[in-house]
Amino acid sequence: MVKSTSKDAQDLFRSLHSAYSATPTNLKIIDMYVVFAVFTALIQVAYMALVGSFPFNSFLSGVLSCVGTAVLAVCLRIQVNKENKEFKDLAPELAFADFVLCNLVLHLVIINFLG
Amino acid sequence: MMERGLVRFLFLILAVAICGAASVFQPISDSHRSAALDVFVPVDGSYKSLEEAYEALKTLEILGIDKKSDLSSATCENVVKVLALSSSTLKDALYALSLNGILKCKSGEDVPKDIVSKLQTGVKDAKLLLDFYYSVRGLVLVKEQFSGTDISLGDAEAVFRSIKALSQSDGKWRYSPNNPESSTFAAGLAFETLAGVISLAPSEIDHSLIQTLKTGITKLFDSIQKYDDGTFYFDESEGPISTTASVIRGLKSFAASESTGLNLPGEKIVGLAKFFLGVGIRGDAKDFFNQIDALACLEDNRFSVPLILSLPSSVISLTKKEPLKVKVSTVLGSKAPALSVKLAQALSSGSKGSSVINNQELKFDAESATYFLESFPKNFDVGKYTFVFEILLDESANEKAYITEAQTKVPIAATGAITIENAEIAVLDSDVGSVESQKKLDLTKDEAVSLSANHLQKLRLSFQLTTPIGHVFKPHQAFLKLKHESQVEHIFLVKTSGKKSELVLDFLGLVEKLYYLSGKYEIQLTIGDASMENSLLSNIGHIELDLPERPEKAARPPLQPTDPYSRYVPKAEISHIFRVPEKLPAKQISLVFLGLIVLPFIGFLIGLTRLGVNIKSFPSSVGAATSALLFHGGIGAVLLLYVLFWVKLDLFTTLKALSLLGVFLLFVGHRTLSHLAATSNKLKSA
Repeated sequence: MVKSTSKDAQDLFRSLHSAYSATPTNLKIIDMYVVFAVFTALIQVAYMALVGSFPFNSFLSGVLSCVGTAVLAVCLRIQVNKENKEFKDLAPELAFADFVLCNLVLHLVIINFLG
Repeated sequence: MMERGLVRFLFLILAVAICGAASVFQPISDSHRSAALDVFVPVDGSYKSLEEAYEALKTLEILGIDKKSDLSSATCENVVKVLALSSSTLKDALYALSLNGILKCKSGEDVPKDIVSKLQTGVKDAKLLLDFYYSVRGLVLVKEQFSGTDISLGDAEAVFRSIKALSQSDGKWRYSPNNPESSTFAAGLAFETLAGVISLAPSEIDHSLIQTLKTGITKLFDSIQKYDDGTFYFDESEGPISTTASVIRGLKSFAASESTGLNLPGEKIVGLAKFFLGVGIRGDAKDFFNQIDALACLEDNRFSVPLILSLPSSVISLTKKEPLKVKVSTVLGSKAPALSVKLAQALSSGSKGSSVINNQELKFDAESATYFLESFPKNFDVGKYTFVFEILLDESANEKAYITEAQTKVPIAATGAITIENAEIAVLDSDVGSVESQKKLDLTKDEAVSLSANHLQKLRLSFQLTTPIGHVFKPHQAFLKLKHESQVEHIFLVKTSGKKSELVLDFLGLVEKLYYLSGKYEIQLTIGDASMENSLLSNIGHIELDLPERPEKAARPPLQPTDPYSRYVPKAEISHIFRVPEKLPAKQISLVFLGLIVLPFIGFLIGLTRLGVNIKSFPSSVGAATSALLFHGGIGAVLLLYVLFWVKLDLFTTLKALSLLGVFLLFVGHRTLSHLAATSNKLKSA
């Protein structure tokens, strides 16, 4: 029983991997960016857990910067994905411009809150 | 030396400032002269500027103090040097000539020609009030000091008119034709200048011009301010002393140059004199000079010379039977003309309105130049009075127009010996009211009365105070002090009512106040008053008090310090408790995590290279390439701005810069991205 579940898990993993390789490169770039942002957030949380949350605003600022930029990247991925019927007519360049603008505004607020 | 002198001035100024509506003004006296020596003689033997030298030497001259010869010669050297240079400024020339008038360095035929021609050109070219002032006054001084010069203003009326053009309708003057700011100080300067123009004019100036000036002076007097004690002054940004002195100098010069009289309200002239006498002795050289100079102008002028009534001593002692002395003199202390002084009323502070003395003429003693009142009526009692003096001038024999206050109110204190009679102390039984023990007292000497009482009894002290004429006297202070062996003290007030002063201490009610302390208490009585010449503090004796035991909750007597001055020792140091700063993590841990944070970014870059990321679609044509480069550069600039924002800028500068960068970025980004979109569309359609 255990062996079959582990084999099932391996099979599942392999099929996911192969399906994923089919995604276009630009979407993979965005996915990697999201992973990078999340990892950075996790490291910051670990640091806070270790040394205490004294400048709490700084902690929040750092974590929210990572989370915010990840969210914006996800939005970009949704808009740029050609298989997404909803955003068929939207030019990817426009979505990218939105992504850049929103990131700049987010980081202005983050820097202000950083203290 | 300066510090001690300054402290002395402050005390004197305070003393004068305390005087209320009825107050005495003293003319200039020797205390002013000794203060002048402190203020005006420089420590290192020379003055810093001609203006300072002039103010100092003029004041010393008015006060009649002999100038030191080395100081005069040093100043003279300076004066001669300035008068020889043709490059001296108009202001320096004026002060040099003024100093020459005091010190007489140059005189006679030795005319400083360069300076004269400079002053004459100055008058012709002057536009500002101060230029007119320096040049006209300078020419007047040259005419006075050097004989053989014929200095007159060519077109005096034109000069008069151009100065007059600076005047305003409210009586103030402007410093310059372009600047609308006006001041009363400038008005004083203008009067002096116009007086100089009138005296230098070869022929008489049109009378209507002079009349308009007189109307202007009357208007200026409408803006005069006053204090409650009857002093008048002009106030401006330069300060009341400087401004009022400037106006008085101007009025004196104008009245001296003018043939027809100048009519100024007499009450205000006396008020101005009282103002300057009331400011006391100034520590600042400029204020001192202005005070003395203004008083000298008031002393000797052609409109009215004020006379001041002063009293060397404002206390009448009924026991000493000395007469009340009154002095009348000019503001600088010189002799007054023939006049008579009358004491119109002596209003007692107690009884409202009724006067004890009416219309008593004072006798004159020519030797000491004082008026005195020898005898007081029989019903003149001790206490505080307001004496109202009136001065009657003997009009016939005067060349100058003297003026005095209509009525001078002076506060007078009358003191005398108060008789104390029927003083006795007794212990009473409270419920019955009968006397248990009673002793007669002689409060003029210390006694050794010994009494005893318990908490159910009362202590009664009574005495009678009478004034020299037999009225009941209510002292200002009448205290009974009970002092326990343990140094705990209690003070009680003795009330005066009707015929006698009495204090009844009911120990039943006072047990808690006395902290339940039984034992021997010393009795001390204090009677005092400003009108009482024989105030007393007498130890009556002691009383043995038997009070009940202290209950648990009662207050303990306060700890008496062994040394009565120990309350003045420094107090315990206060240690402030500050917010403990938060503990920060160790530096190493922070550095480790800083390294860890960089790892995901490196991982991202590695992943990108693994994916085979390229920048092939970077535009190659020049125009598109530049806008693409500028786009990336713009984003980089914004991020750099954010870093600067975190490091040192504030939000508003950042927002300003950001708005500029943002507009640029928008423009460039639109260009780049539309180019990219066009390229990809072309690829799709192709």
